Amino acid sequence: MTGSDERLAVLKTYKLYIGGKFPRSESGRSYAVSDAKGRFLTNAAQASRKDARDAVVAARKAFPGWTAATAYNRGQVLYRVAEVLEGRRAQFAEEVAAGEGLSAKRADAVVTQGIDRWVWYAGWADKLAQVLGGANAVAGPYFNFSVPEPTGVVAVLAPQRSSLLGLISVVAPVIVGGSTAVVVTAQDRPLPAVSLAEVLATSDLPGGVVNVLTGRTAELAPWLAGHMDVDAIDLCGAPDDIHADLERAAADNVKRVVRAPLGGEPDWTAEPGLHRMSSYLETKTVWHPMGV
Amino acid sequence: MVRAPSSGGLGDVASSDSSLRRFLFGLPGVDQVGAEARAAMLFTRSIKKGSKVWALEQAIRMIDLTTLEGQDTPGKVRALAAKARRPDPSDPTTPPVAAVCVYPDLVGVSVEALRGSGVHTASVATAFPSGRAALATKLVDVAEAIAAGADEIDMVIDRGAFLSGRLLEVHDEIVAVKQACGGRAHLKVILETGELSTLDNVRRASWLALLAGGDFIKTSTGKVSPAATPPVALVMLQAVRDFAAATGDVRGVKLAGGIRSAKDAVRYLVLVNEVAGERWLTPDTFRFGASSLLNDLLMQRTTQRTGAYSGPNYFTLD
Amino acid sequence: MAWEYAPAPESRNIARLRTSYGMFIDGAFTGGTGGSFKTVNPATEEVLAEVAEAGQADVDRAVAAARKAYDKVWAPMPAAERGKYLFRIARMVQERSRELAVLESLDNGKPIREARDVDVPLVAAHFFYYAGWADKLGYAGFGPDPRPLGVAGQVIPWNFPLLMAAWKLAPALAAGNTCVLKPAETTPLTALVLAEICQQAGLPPGVVNVLPGAGETGRAVVTHPGVDKVAFTGSTDVGKQIARSLAGTRTKCTLELGGKAANIVFDDAPLDQAVEGIVNGIFFNQGHVCCAGSRLLVQESIADELLDKLKGRLATLRLGDPLDKNTDIGAINSAEQLAKIRELSDIGDAEGATRWSPPCELPEHGYWFPPTLFTGVSQAHRIAREEIFGPVLSVLTFRTPDEAVEKANNTPYGLSAGVWTDKGSRILWMAQRLRAGVVWANTFNKFDPASPFGGFKESGFGREGGRQGLEAYLCAGDGRSGT
Repeated sequence: MTGSDERLAVLKTYKLYIGGKFPRSESGRSYAVSDAKGRFLTNAAQASRKDARDAVVAARKAFPGWTAATAYNRGQVLYRVAEVLEGRRAQFAEEVAAGEGLSAKRADAVVTQGIDRWVWYAGWADKLAQVLGGANAVAGPYFNFSVPEPTGVVAVLAPQRSSLLGLISVVAPVIVGGSTAVVVTAQDRPLPAVSLAEVLATSDLPGGVVNVLTGRTAELAPWLAGHMDVDAIDLCGAPDDIHADLERAAADNVKRVVRAPLGGEPDWTAEPGLHRMSSYLETKTVWHPMGV
Repeated sequence: MVRAPSSGGLGDVASSDSSLRRFLFGLPGVDQVGAEARAAMLFTRSIKKGSKVWALEQAIRMIDLTTLEGQDTPGKVRALAAKARRPDPSDPTTPPVAAVCVYPDLVGVSVEALRGSGVHTASVATAFPSGRAALATKLVDVAEAIAAGADEIDMVIDRGAFLSGRLLEVHDEIVAVKQACGGRAHLKVILETGELSTLDNVRRASWLALLAGGDFIKTSTGKVSPAATPPVALVMLQAVRDFAAATGDVRGVKLAGGIRSAKDAVRYLVLVNEVAGERWLTPDTFRFGASSLLNDLLMQRTTQRTGAYSGPNYFTLD
Repeated sequence: MAWEYAPAPESRNIARLRTSYGMFIDGAFTGGTGGSFKTVNPATEEVLAEVAEAGQADVDRAVAAARKAYDKVWAPMPAAERGKYLFRIARMVQERSRELAVLESLDNGKPIREARDVDVPLVAAHFFYYAGWADKLGYAGFGPDPRPLGVAGQVIPWNFPLLMAAWKLAPALAAGNTCVLKPAETTPLTALVLAEICQQAGLPPGVVNVLPGAGETGRAVVTHPGVDKVAFTGSTDVGKQIARSLAGTRTKCTLELGGKAANIVFDDAPLDQAVEGIVNGIFFNQGHVCCAGSRLLVQESIADELLDKLKGRLATLRLGDPLDKNTDIGAINSAEQLAKIRELSDIGDAEGATRWSPPCELPEHGYWFPPTLFTGVSQAHRIAREEIFGPVLSVLTFRTPDEAVEKANNTPYGLSAGVWTDKGSRILWMAQRLRAGVVWANTFNKFDPASPFGGFKESGFGREGGRQGLEAYLCAGDGRSGT
């Protein structure tokens, strides 16, 4: 990050991203982030339960506007995210390489995949209703149709290993369908997530649609799992030993729970399929009589 | 119950075409599917034993025994009148029907044949069944029927005027016919619901006829299909119910055309009972316009009475 | 003069009631290890039959039978053959429909008219619908070669005993799973006759197992380690318990839970049909319906007019012998449920709402509650927030569409909603904003096997019915799980 024979670099401060703003943790805490070899990189904000609470409030506030946006508009916004990501590839590649211990070339490939993943999801926005919904042939004089509708506020415990591609693969499917997200980043590899937040903040995505919390997953997850105004939770990056506790807490308001993949993080480079998107979509069925 | 003006102000509703239109189009809409479902549900009621016998006899009392054919003759009308007085010669306990319904030129024959029986003579009028004649002609039609002794007039509305939106014209024509009845005859207003096409129109036409002074609203001439149907009956019964609630004035409903079985007649009485209310289960407020229905009612009544299934040869054909 | 309809009772002999019923495990009816319990006719409190209660050992045996049938017979069977079994079951339900309707009415207390015209026809339709899916799963949108999950443990409620059995069994079997079904303890009989139909249809032993019992039996089914998939319909409280009990396992779960649906009537509504929709919404099946329209939200400008019409209509409801073909309102299913309805209604009184019921004579024996509406209710009242699951309607008013949406959504539930207006654009505007899994516009309480049913929020997750209803019983062929 600093070149010894050049000018002293200006370091970036990695903050939280809540409601479209970049606050420090209300707790004033931060924690040291190291690279894959254990060398200090920076201090990241260590979010508290109150930050999590604020993030949920921001996500709830953003939900009506985001869900009311046309699917075309959501698709455009997601595509815009990919465009802005493309322009900042170098930074992401550097952060991924440092955090995941990848070669520059591998890290670059991961960034490419991440950008392409955004594009893939962007294209889904206005096709979900056709693929997941449709007209239902009921036995009577009624027009009956089903449409997928966003679940609401989704807490995402991002994968711990794949700090960019994995992150994108769990966040994009939440927001493409109209839900809003509170993301707890990979605990030890939070930097791509914070940078992604900066991309989101400059990509037409309304504030609050994605909120990013860095810090201790095990500390934040129970508050989100038990939060009565969170509608769904993705346990992908939750430590193994608290999965059951989180699910139990999630049951208090019948949260939709997306369990962590069996056998650890999946191959994020594989085409994702519909599953993650449909996990945050509710089928709404509307009946109306047909008569004169 | 009525939305547009307060119930006390119903009298002003027909002061102009626009106020009449505002009122009729301000009535709640009718959802066809829901109306059909409600009527169909009521048709599933199972009427047994004593309640069935009562319904069969009441249905007989509610019949306007009708002949409206080009081939009608005095002989045919006399035979019908005899049937009206004593529907079942083998059973003197059988009640008479409500009325005999004929064309104006045969009113005199009917009145003569029914004298002293208490059975009314109803006459269709106003250029029945199409109603396509000048108002003056229609009024002459009515006047002649009344002069010949008809005490019930079954007029047709001008469906063309109704469908083209000339609501006040339809209204005023009914008012004129009502005046021509002059208190000597009850007025039944035939909406010809089969030509009105939608239940919204049935509701509007029902209110229009009630506002104009019709004593009964009647579904059909019997010359157009569909004639009386369960959802049409439902909507018309709701109209007289709501009109009574708004004005205190109890008017009647006559279903005509297509009702041939006793089973259907009893089902329609269930509709009357549960939609308009028990208050309407009398010949003064509910009628069936029919010809072949009577014999099936008689046959079913006999079955109930004797416990054996009867056959058509045991009832007179006139 | 009153036109009293003479009683028109359906004959109870048609139900072919037996004095005792066993449980159905591995293709045979057997006694169990859990003793027995009595099921009563809620309309008379008479005991209908003695029913074997499944204990842990019976659950073990049923799950083992289901596992074996899954591994050896049902999953390997050509899908078209599976479908043909379901077609057979559908036909046999039709053939025995009158018997099933009478038995359902006896055991549940619902009017024979509803059992006959709604429940049983929908049961047959559900099996027909999913029968056709069995060999077309690759076209259902869950990957080219979706796989069944294994053994499904299914727990169903007492409000639509046979219909809920069909909702659970038909999609599960079509997808290639085998089933262990636990009917509710107050209404076990029709599910056992359905088991007999499975037997008559030649369904291989172990594919369907039916275990009567109470909460303990249900717990044993859903927490059984041999169960791969849990499907539950019932109260939100129990649904939450089930979700907790499955925490940390890989068992898949779908829940169809409670509701507190708003039935919203605008001033331009087709009023007479709205009245019917309100009646059907809350008094259908004595209000024992999770999607019941238990909150009437009426636009203030027509509130008086609508209530007049509604009260007039309620006065025509016929409460009494469920087997009488003319009965509209049957018996409350159990003493326990009746106590709960009474308690919440009393709270409605205590909180200052105004109670109204039409003049209505309740039978001397059995569990009965008159059709009841509360006016002067606000969102803060418990009768406006809690699911009563009985024939009790809370009436609230609103002034604007925004207010209607806000009040309708102001609940932890999200199962269904009703909208009544003649304005098409408003219907779609409302339908978009109501956070509910089923929106009935200008109609209410309509069901169809092709129509997905299920809730938002605390009303549960997963859908039953339609293509979507298969998702709960499949995982994508590439190893990714469905949900």
